Amino acid sequence: MSVLTYRDALNQALREEMTRDNRVFLMGEEVGVYQGAYKVSRGLLEEFGPMRVVDTPITELGFAGVGVGAAMVGLRPVIEFMTWNFALLAIDQIVNSAAKMLYMSGGQIPMPIVFRGPGGAALMLAAQHSQSFEAWYANVPGLKVVTPATPADAKGLLKSAIRDDNPVIFIEGEMLYNTKGEVPEGEHVIPLGVADVKREGKDVTLVSHAKMVAVALKAAEELEKDGISAEVIDLRTLRPLDAATITASVRKTNRCVVVEEGWPVAGFGAQIVDEIQRAAFDDLDAPVLRVTGADVPMPYNRHLEKLAKPDAAKVVQAARQVLYLPTL
Amino acid sequence: MTDAAAAPAPDKKPAKEADALRRMLRDMLLIRRFEEKSGEAYALGKIGGFCHLYIGQEAVAVGTMAVLRPDDYVLASYREHGQALARGMTARAVMAELFGKATGCSGGKGGSMHLFDVSKNFLGGHAIVGGHIPLVTGVAFAIKYREGDQVAVAFFGEAAVNNGAFHEALNMAALWRLPAIFICENNRYGMGTALERASAIYDVAQRACSYDMPAEVVDGMDVLAVRDAVARAAHRARDRYTPTLLEIRTYRFMGHSMSDPIHGHYRTKDEVDEMRARDPILTFAEKLRADGILDDERWQAMEADVVDEVADAVRFADESPEPGPEALATDVYRA
Repeated sequence: MSVLTYRDALNQALREEMTRDNRVFLMGEEVGVYQGAYKVSRGLLEEFGPMRVVDTPITELGFAGVGVGAAMVGLRPVIEFMTWNFALLAIDQIVNSAAKMLYMSGGQIPMPIVFRGPGGAALMLAAQHSQSFEAWYANVPGLKVVTPATPADAKGLLKSAIRDDNPVIFIEGEMLYNTKGEVPEGEHVIPLGVADVKREGKDVTLVSHAKMVAVALKAAEELEKDGISAEVIDLRTLRPLDAATITASVRKTNRCVVVEEGWPVAGFGAQIVDEIQRAAFDDLDAPVLRVTGADVPMPYNRHLEKLAKPDAAKVVQAARQVLYLPTL
Repeated sequence: MTDAAAAPAPDKKPAKEADALRRMLRDMLLIRRFEEKSGEAYALGKIGGFCHLYIGQEAVAVGTMAVLRPDDYVLASYREHGQALARGMTARAVMAELFGKATGCSGGKGGSMHLFDVSKNFLGGHAIVGGHIPLVTGVAFAIKYREGDQVAVAFFGEAAVNNGAFHEALNMAALWRLPAIFICENNRYGMGTALERASAIYDVAQRACSYDMPAEVVDGMDVLAVRDAVARAAHRARDRYTPTLLEIRTYRFMGHSMSDPIHGHYRTKDEVDEMRARDPILTFAEKLRADGILDDERWQAMEADVVDEVADAVRFADESPEPGPEALATDVYRA
């Protein structure tokens, strides 16, 4: 076990999987000579050469399609999007080509491909660079959606994603790349579809994923000061969803707040609420509340941006509400 | 020929070539009769959804497949019944797929626009215009990655070349020197929009200049011209990882899909008749007669044989089972 940044944990996963299987290659903008826009691919070009660490033109639709084509004939591409905002140009390839290739070929063509890159807002990057799209992809049958929150999960989940025979949407966080944590060396593989209880508690369940796990954990610390014990669930994978872990927690705490960075309308949190009301209706002591990004394009101004983002204070207020405590 | 005359043993080459030419004629005729039956079956409600017939364009698929090796790869658009048959997929498997049956080449889950047969390296029928062109660049990338000498072939219509996917795919194929052949079947109309109403330049082949890529304009009503052009492109791809854009000028004799009349508001009956006079099958049959390779007896036998094969395919499709309800949720994910 060593302490690594989230960025280096991803780098380690890529290096290990490329060493393990020569069908795995990395393709995207600036992944090679530049060493990665966020340095996730640092050193890989030197180690694996230009056929396996491929710099592309700025052509998201095109290189996403190149990845799909290569996967159709048995390679295992890892396609890096500089950010998921740019992947909107490639969504036709992700949804129309990758997600349904196995199905529309009657099971003949598996699609072992990973699309990865940072999602969500960073700081003051404004409307076109500050978006969370995991709910869009989670809506599509045929895709898996993974959103690691910690360095250890980033490594273990990326290794699983690369070994998976299905298209995996792997959404990292710009603000997470520098975060540090203990990461097991070598063969550390976390199965997709298994949530993780990041903090145990008994009074209220906070469901979160990706960057919002840290927000929920911070909120749990604040709540503890008032004697409230919050359980924090990190979904880790949105599709397939580990509904059982959520339900078990809600049955214990009887109250739940769902935290997500994305927009509220048809957001992923709505899916969680649906799971809970069907599986644990009689266990609920209060309606489930959601803390989401504001229903607006992201503003540039730092004060407005702060208002638009979920934070620990907003989660604390929601938790107090489901506990029928006065809000602060 | 003087060498052959001087040779002690008879040269087998001309006989073999004659067989190959008759085979090409038969392949084209099979597509024609298959598509005519598809049209009938559609009218009877046995084929649903969209159905885009290949009648008139047979020389493009057959001339191309005559060059390709079994280990080469083919991807096509949604007007791909002809390519699938020319690639050697059985009329039964293709017709059964059009009927949506479990015995279809995609298990009844793909339909007319998504024909697949991995055993023939026929990697689909794709139905977003231009969307599969980057996939072909990706297949070609995989060939080079493995240091292979196969080629990856894309079939698409001229309407796809105004689309970003086309540009992005060709740019990368040329930039990275990948063994791809981009076959633009220029049938003049993207649905009801004539080429000159959609593209700022008339010659699709000129677009290759943007990528410093070899290109040719080919007469798509002449199966041998297609074969020769594809052979040159395949040689460039196998020999030195060079992609090619072929603009193959052809014509669809039928409407865009089954809901479109043969000539609607966008083209005249005269134009259709003029192109029908250049029917690629009849023209080729006449040439083979003139060359002494085909006679009435062989032609009639070929026709009867093809009609039987198509009738058998329809019977097979009719009698095949529907996919069971358990098929609904299989193949969404690979376990």
